[in-house]
Amino acid sequence: MELFSSEETLLKDSAAGFMSEHAPVHALRDIRDQKEALGFNQELHKTLADMGWFGMLLPEEAGGYDFGHRSAGLVAEEMGRNLTASPFLSTAVLSAIALRQANGEHLSEWGPKIASGDAVIALAIDEGAKHNPSRIKATAEPDGNGFVLNARKRAVFDGYNADRLIVVAKTGAETGLFLVDPSAAEVEIERNAMLDSRNAANIQITNLHLDGKDLLCPLEDGAAVLEATLRSGRAIAASEQLGVAREVAERTTAYLGERKQFGVPIGMFQALQHRLADLYCQIEQTASLISAAQRAIDTTSDSADELTRAAKAKVAKVSRTATEEAVQMHGGIGMTDEVDVGLFMKRDRVLTEMLGDSAHHVDALLKKRGL
Amino acid sequence: MTTLEEFRMETRAWLEDNCPQEMRKPVTVEEDICWGGRNWTFKSPAQKQWLERMAERGWTVPSWPKEYGGGGLSGDEVKILKEEMTRINAMSPLESFGIWMLGPALLEYGSHEQKLEHLPKIARGEIRWCQGYSEPGSGSDLASVQTKGVDMGDHFLVSGQKIWTSYADKADWIFALVRTEPDAKKHKGISFLLFDMTSEGVSTKPIRLISGSSPFCETFFDEVKVPMENVVDERGNGWTIAKYLLTHEREMVSNLDAIFGGSAGLYETAAESIGLDETGRLDDPLLRSDIGDFLVDEMALTAHLATARDFHRAGNQLGARSAELKYLGTELNKRRQSLVVQAGGLEALSGPEENYGIGSQSASWLRSKGNSIEGGTSEIMLSIISKAVLRLPSLG
Repeated sequence: MELFSSEETLLKDSAAGFMSEHAPVHALRDIRDQKEALGFNQELHKTLADMGWFGMLLPEEAGGYDFGHRSAGLVAEEMGRNLTASPFLSTAVLSAIALRQANGEHLSEWGPKIASGDAVIALAIDEGAKHNPSRIKATAEPDGNGFVLNARKRAVFDGYNADRLIVVAKTGAETGLFLVDPSAAEVEIERNAMLDSRNAANIQITNLHLDGKDLLCPLEDGAAVLEATLRSGRAIAASEQLGVAREVAERTTAYLGERKQFGVPIGMFQALQHRLADLYCQIEQTASLISAAQRAIDTTSDSADELTRAAKAKVAKVSRTATEEAVQMHGGIGMTDEVDVGLFMKRDRVLTEMLGDSAHHVDALLKKRGL
Repeated sequence: MTTLEEFRMETRAWLEDNCPQEMRKPVTVEEDICWGGRNWTFKSPAQKQWLERMAERGWTVPSWPKEYGGGGLSGDEVKILKEEMTRINAMSPLESFGIWMLGPALLEYGSHEQKLEHLPKIARGEIRWCQGYSEPGSGSDLASVQTKGVDMGDHFLVSGQKIWTSYADKADWIFALVRTEPDAKKHKGISFLLFDMTSEGVSTKPIRLISGSSPFCETFFDEVKVPMENVVDERGNGWTIAKYLLTHEREMVSNLDAIFGGSAGLYETAAESIGLDETGRLDDPLLRSDIGDFLVDEMALTAHLATARDFHRAGNQLGARSAELKYLGTELNKRRQSLVVQAGGLEALSGPEENYGIGSQSASWLRSKGNSIEGGTSEIMLSIISKAVLRLPSLG
């Protein structure tokens, strides 16, 4: 029901066409089966950048196109529908927004490389099993004009073989975002095989000496820049997960019309119809919530933070239901690796944990309401 | 200045001059809502004055054509009028089933004579209408109505029973689904009839609900004489009109706002009655978790209703998707009311039954159970979505 501008419609259609043709589900299957450590196809990354999609959230002076979050969300949704493996979230969203919000000289150096698909930059934030930015233990101790960085980061998405890392660390009570060259001897990177077959790494940084100019922005701005970065990441990850939910729900609906038991298509049974109809309603209201969140960010509305958290929380629940119902309603065949449903379920679960699950964001929303 | 801006300025000035101060506040008690009709007792001279002034301009039904008592305003102008009324907190001058339901049906299906006869009286609040659809044996399967109209040449003799007729005991006229073609197929044998509730043979009996007194009535017809010219559209075409009204989205969307907009004070009730723990969180982690889930769904539905409203204002038809909004809105309200009572604990359950006034937490909770039954059950909504949106195969 959402009303799109003509530019948005054009973008949505071209993303849908491109992903299904050049980056469909079987491309991810190939990456998995060939055990490609990179977790994405470099040629595809470059082509996606040529389409302009890696510069969507960057300003024009940094080589970008400044399309805004709603547009980036439309592209991400198509990536979710096709399980397109690319460093879009890590590089074109999280790192692009961190550089943009910090607005230092790194933006003019790295912005154009992100937009052209010539650099992958990963945000190294999580340290434990659950995303929790308020409990970061990594430290950057002041040392002369610079810092000494010690960090143990987990599940750094697209952190394997990245060109740069943006490492989040504490200097006293303040938050620093450091641009780190992963080829330094003090940085150990281990490929972390995850359920969704995409690129992730565990990273150990020991006594790495950094220059003051490796800091993306002054320490006093660090917390705000990080928050804005995470907000953008949540909003766009939510769209990718919505794409997952929509795709599996549609595939399941189609399957219910084909699969026959007791002499009729099983979609004739009300026990299944009502579950799919409820799922459809939940998906549609989630879509409206995600859109509202992205448009709120684009218009710097005060409600952007709450809407984004709600969107991330809601889509995780809906998408879990969608993937679980897909397996159940496909029956035995849904348990086989041959059918794509399982691949969606795996990506879905990783997206849920990425940048905070439902409980994490609902807790924040309740605290804001004084509960 | 564009024409619309001029219209806004004129409207603002007119409202400023003509809306009585007393009518510029939110509705708090039931008597604040003016339903009109032969037996209406105005709450105050201001309520009467406000209705008369608005009706004079056709602004009780701003989008209806002028010749039928409306304001003849365009969609944009109606929107401006509503915005300007909201700006000064003006109450609606008149609410009625005539405005929401019968008016749109007559505008679409009525004859010129029927429009001239009935629409201006609705617009001026002179005649109050009720809707005779459901019967004891015809709930979800509405097209099975058994109330019969026997053809007597120039009139029908209508006999049977309706149920859940809102305000039947207060209404002046009824629009009813009546089986007039006994030999036709189920959906083709129903006519849409209009008749006076003071006709001989009409009687009503109010229904008491689990939540206390209610506007609902049982309505009985015993050989009620209804002139042949009171059939709307063709004989046997009543189901088409009923379906048109059942999916009448404008009413649906605004009604949902009404169901949904009424803040039941969940968050405040919870904080007051349970208190917070040392980390500042509600001191009942399981209830807190349920409230959190509700909060997210409340935000989702708010966003979704805004999407639907924009979609509709842009001239698109909601069609079967109004079922989606009805389902989501009513189910969410049931959850809200249940959580309020859970948060309020014994306090929310206290008080003698006769004090279950409008607005009491327990009465609102009990009443909310009907939200997913009236106007089409949740199960019917899901079946509509399965068939019309998801295109799943169906039995019939």
